[in-house]
Amino acid sequence: MKLQEFTSSKHNFEECMKCTVCTAYCPVLQANPLYPGPKQAGPDGERLRLKDPYFFNKALKYCLNCKRCEVACPSGVAVADLIQAARIRYDHTPPKLRDRMLASTDFMGSLARPFAPLVNFGTGLGISKTLLDATLKIDHRRSFPKYSGRSFEGWLKRHRKEQAAFPEQVAYYHGCYVNYNYPQLGKDLVKVLNALGIGVQLLEKEKCCGIALITNGMSATAKKHADHNVAQLRQAVMDKGLKVVTTSSTCTLTLRDEYPNLLGVDNADVRESILMATRLICEKLEQGAQLKFKADYHKKIAYHVPCHLERLGWGVFSERLLRGIPGVEFYLLDSACCGISGTYGFKKENYETSQAIGEALFSQIRALSPDVVACDCETCKWQIEMSTGFQVMNPISILAEALE
Amino acid sequence: MKYDVVIIGGGLSGLVAGITLQKAGKRTAIISTGQNALHFFSGTFESLQEPSQRIKDLFLEAGVRVHYNPGVRLTPMGTFKEAALSLEDIDLFPSEKIGKRVLIVNFQGYHDFFSSFLAEGLEKQGMQCRVRFLNLPELERLQQSPSEMRSVQIARTVDPLWEKVVQEVRLLLKDEDTVILPQVFGLADTSVPGRIRQGIPARVVFAGTLPPSVPGVRTQILLRKRYQLLGGTYLMGDEVVRAHVHEGVVHSVATKNLDSHYVEASEAFILSTGSYFSKGLVANPFRVYEPVFGLDVEYKEDRNAWYNPSFAGDQPYMHFGVKASADLLALKDGEPLQNLYVAGSVLGDTHPEFGSAAGQAIQSALFVADKILGL
Repeated sequence: MKLQEFTSSKHNFEECMKCTVCTAYCPVLQANPLYPGPKQAGPDGERLRLKDPYFFNKALKYCLNCKRCEVACPSGVAVADLIQAARIRYDHTPPKLRDRMLASTDFMGSLARPFAPLVNFGTGLGISKTLLDATLKIDHRRSFPKYSGRSFEGWLKRHRKEQAAFPEQVAYYHGCYVNYNYPQLGKDLVKVLNALGIGVQLLEKEKCCGIALITNGMSATAKKHADHNVAQLRQAVMDKGLKVVTTSSTCTLTLRDEYPNLLGVDNADVRESILMATRLICEKLEQGAQLKFKADYHKKIAYHVPCHLERLGWGVFSERLLRGIPGVEFYLLDSACCGISGTYGFKKENYETSQAIGEALFSQIRALSPDVVACDCETCKWQIEMSTGFQVMNPISILAEALE
Repeated sequence: MKYDVVIIGGGLSGLVAGITLQKAGKRTAIISTGQNALHFFSGTFESLQEPSQRIKDLFLEAGVRVHYNPGVRLTPMGTFKEAALSLEDIDLFPSEKIGKRVLIVNFQGYHDFFSSFLAEGLEKQGMQCRVRFLNLPELERLQQSPSEMRSVQIARTVDPLWEKVVQEVRLLLKDEDTVILPQVFGLADTSVPGRIRQGIPARVVFAGTLPPSVPGVRTQILLRKRYQLLGGTYLMGDEVVRAHVHEGVVHSVATKNLDSHYVEASEAFILSTGSYFSKGLVANPFRVYEPVFGLDVEYKEDRNAWYNPSFAGDQPYMHFGVKASADLLALKDGEPLQNLYVAGSVLGDTHPEFGSAAGQAIQSALFVADKILGL
């Protein structure tokens, strides 16, 4: 009897005891009544879907993939993975042109970079926003990230020799955002790691981690990215014996966990070597390394732990580093989702939901009125800056700024 | 990562211990495998006798309003249970006769509040009950997905509308002296239950719903916030996978998220991992065990003696728990570990001097914190 086939699946779903705790922490459930909620969409739905794919509900696309249900689950059920895996398996709707564009962050980045000033000017105009809204259903109220004229990869290549001179080396998976939009964050990381005696090198050729491809229904392409990236990571970790650091929490979660759990790409041999730079720096400081800070630095910092860093459980490292800077007045913001979730909030149909979800966080920031909001996620940065007017900096950039 | 004290388990006992130790100047971390049994909290502390000023202060400073008023509380089934201390929005009555005529009000489409059970139970006690449903247009959004119309979602919607709720209940009210409403108020704004009470010209009683418990979620949020404000590190959604114990001393633990980055405690560890629900205790067909350290567990060898065939009867397995010395140091192979304390429901009923359930969670946590502080 093949009973097992119908009663068990990956992602621990049979551990669910229907306690409903996840539903109390789902940010979408409150804002969008069309979403069935993590319990229904995850383990409850899975039981039915395993018997007949007919029970797949397209409304699962409203899941943000913030993973807050998994963090809250007392029974270790990978609720968000169940939902995303079901979308991959059962939803065969071809992605729209808009979703393809939003998902192809590295392709769009390499197109936009040579014309950065023009592109930035264009996407800032009201008329282009109206046009994008009408044609592609990218919400006109959204501000677009700016593109940089020079890539981070180009910059680091020009500094390859001086970086190679450091006795200790790490590889840096910078991601699309640092390469195309904000190379300064990459430069800040290099400054901080250099101060610890560590040189930074690139992977031979990295590709976008692919998270936006996964959430926009292009998992086959995402898997190609994953295969490519894991081979690159192996080269750095296995052949060169390097750790690979990152500055984006979502890229990190994707490389470490979404690859094996959603795309079936085995990364077991490199997974433990992929670290947020904040964790590596904390480990160095614990081993006795020291950073010299400016004597007159003063900043009131409100720290927002992005959802995917919350899932990694590594917010503690950024918190430690920020608290450790002399002259920093530190506030930990309440654990909450900002609502943008990568490309989700750019879509016209999600704009209202996205802003409603973030409101609790925004009002807490407004009430605190910090000098700067710290956050390890680039899309949270866009969302919080657009919605509150407060500047958002990656903890690495704050460290770099505070260094002597 | 190094701390003075590392607490494994982030429910009521873990938070009470954490807050007490942080206040005394210790650097602590709490490792919590997801959310906890506070999400099923009735809002009352059954076994707590006259609480010390220190317990009242601990809650008050966190913004959790409690009152001491020994008596009985109303259960969601319309029966009564003894209790002494409770959250302020949960009433404790001197006797089971809470009113003569009772109006029970539920929200249209909300299935997690059993108004007819309540009415049946109260009518057995000689009270006259009338059940009515409220329909607020603002709740229509939630009604679109009936299976997801839960306490927390309702609370987030109706808290800002409390004046409207008062008006609607006043319109429904005839000659009743008591009004029963579901416990779906005061999630973000703790003053809401009190305002509703003031606005309705009858005694207002808030009765329990199916989980998640709104008063429980609120208590969890406020205690965690207080702990973090005191500088405590709360590692949510992480799990201890390995403990490094050498010659009776726990040196560090490895967690799922921090893998090779061990969490060390220079003074003590506290195990407050809860009961079966939170996997503080695990039962399989052969034994009952404690999964983190493999501590000694008090339970009956004969599996048939684990349970009482009468479902509602006293269940022996609920009394099983980790063995600990009189100082609440954990026992392993009959010997106490020198720096591992045990608190909360993982103890089962092995130390009845601390009471049971939420009362035990608080008393044992304070006892353990005092031991660590050398008090």
